[in-house]
Amino acid sequence: MLGLLLAPALLWLLALIILPHVDLALLSFRERIAPREFQTSFAQYRTFFSESIYWQIFVRTAVMSAIATLLTLLLAFPVAWTIAKLARGRASSLLFVVCLIPFWVSETVRTLGWMILLRESGVLPGLLVKLGITAVPVEMLYHDATILVGLVYTSLLFMVVPLVGSLESLDNALIEAAYNLGGNGWSVLRKIVIPHAAPGITAGCIVVFMLTLGNYLTPNLLGGKSSQWFTEQIYNQFIVRFNWEQGAAFGFLLLVLSTSMVWVGLRLSGQRFGEVMRRS
Amino acid sequence: MIPSLPRPLWLRTATGAYIGAFLVFLFLPLAVVAVFAFNDAPYPAPPWHGFTLDWFLGNEGKGRTGLFGDDELLGSIWTSFVVACWVTVLSVSVATTNAFLIERARFPGKAALSLLMLAPLVIPGVILGISILAFASRIAQFADDTFGLELDFLRPGLPLVVAGQFSYIVAIATLTISARLKRFDRTLEEAAFNLGASRPAVLWTITLPYLRPALIGSAAMSFLMSFENFNTTLMLVGADSPLTIMMYGRMREGATPVLNAVSLFLMVASALLALTLMRRPAPKAAAA
Repeated sequence: MLGLLLAPALLWLLALIILPHVDLALLSFRERIAPREFQTSFAQYRTFFSESIYWQIFVRTAVMSAIATLLTLLLAFPVAWTIAKLARGRASSLLFVVCLIPFWVSETVRTLGWMILLRESGVLPGLLVKLGITAVPVEMLYHDATILVGLVYTSLLFMVVPLVGSLESLDNALIEAAYNLGGNGWSVLRKIVIPHAAPGITAGCIVVFMLTLGNYLTPNLLGGKSSQWFTEQIYNQFIVRFNWEQGAAFGFLLLVLSTSMVWVGLRLSGQRFGEVMRRS
Repeated sequence: MIPSLPRPLWLRTATGAYIGAFLVFLFLPLAVVAVFAFNDAPYPAPPWHGFTLDWFLGNEGKGRTGLFGDDELLGSIWTSFVVACWVTVLSVSVATTNAFLIERARFPGKAALSLLMLAPLVIPGVILGISILAFASRIAQFADDTFGLELDFLRPGLPLVVAGQFSYIVAIATLTISARLKRFDRTLEEAAFNLGASRPAVLWTITLPYLRPALIGSAAMSFLMSFENFNTTLMLVGADSPLTIMMYGRMREGATPVLNAVSLFLMVASALLALTLMRRPAPKAAAA
């Protein structure tokens, strides 16, 4: 009986998760010296550190992802607060559902929407000309800010859901008591609300950061040639140049970054991985 | 800050305005996509040239290929559909056995295993894709070199796409189903055993019906996530492109409003799926 239950789980984890990643690691530590002849080496990692373009893109991806995560948190928090605390009954659940609806639609479709809105011949540049703000239509695609807008937009759901969950469990009486004791909006937020919502905030930030870091579609389409996203480097090495060893090294570096950020996030908030994942 | 405390007028106005602006931000891209599916112009861009259904119904004769005349696009929808069906069936079945494993079985290393089951959720999709691609190729190469076997399903193509999507979607389905199984009152099963029911009968008449909402919810979610997956699919795709890959390719070329038409079609389809689910007492987890 136990064996029957264990088999699918082990098959899944071994064949699709553990072994492929071990293989990826092995792949990244070898170097082609002749056709179909390989030797163990650190050459792929050396390339990453010696070619400044690669590690610059890596750092850029990490920094942009961190900014996007922070922006998502700031944008989502008031909405989550409204859903969890201000709106009552039906209004609250309606607002929650309305916030979820856009995410039933594919990211491809949402990105198409942003492209139609922002491209030079698009809706917003046209509107700006009509309002007399700019003389000619400006290209609003292919900037860093465009990438951030797209990334924040895609990530909102993954922030709103855990935030609402953690704010709903906060007892209003605690906030009232804090005000009675002379607290103001800012000190209540800092000393009562944020500590209570910390698990939700951590869960949201971890998920958003990881998804942003691993995103390919949004930076690629909204950023165009100037997007310089690290996943594009992985794709180029693997699919375009067929240099799997280099691609595997890049993939592994991204995995290490993403995993260590998850670890740091959990450490900072003193939480366990399992609980955080179940919460989100 | 909370309803029981007095809030000044400016704060209430500001909150309302913020929520309004937020909703505009959420829905503007979708609204624009939908509107330009009906624009009588060769590009999905303003100005408005009048209403047309060409981007749905157009065919070669009219010089415009609409959605229902675009065999390539229709084919990719079908491909996505087939892939999503496989992923859904595999994910829900394996997730159900996983849920029983986590909630019912006892064995050494269980804590580690249930933690490991969450790992796919923190691995970026692109990396899941390349690692499965590399591993499958290595096995295929090995089989070819040693036994002279051509294992085509291990080369980039739909079987690998299914495997790649399954590898993380099953983790999410496991969370949903085991969360419900955890809340199950086991005395119900014991009562059935006392009344003489066999093990399969108890499973079939008591436990599975109880799990039904979670099974349906996770099936819908798996289907949707598979249909919309891009990152993992991009790395594993072969000659047959699922819809997201096909749309991506065309968006880079600057495509006609037929993409808006297919997007609108997708929006309506997901809305219908959402409505059918919400009519049932659906688990909230389906949203996450």
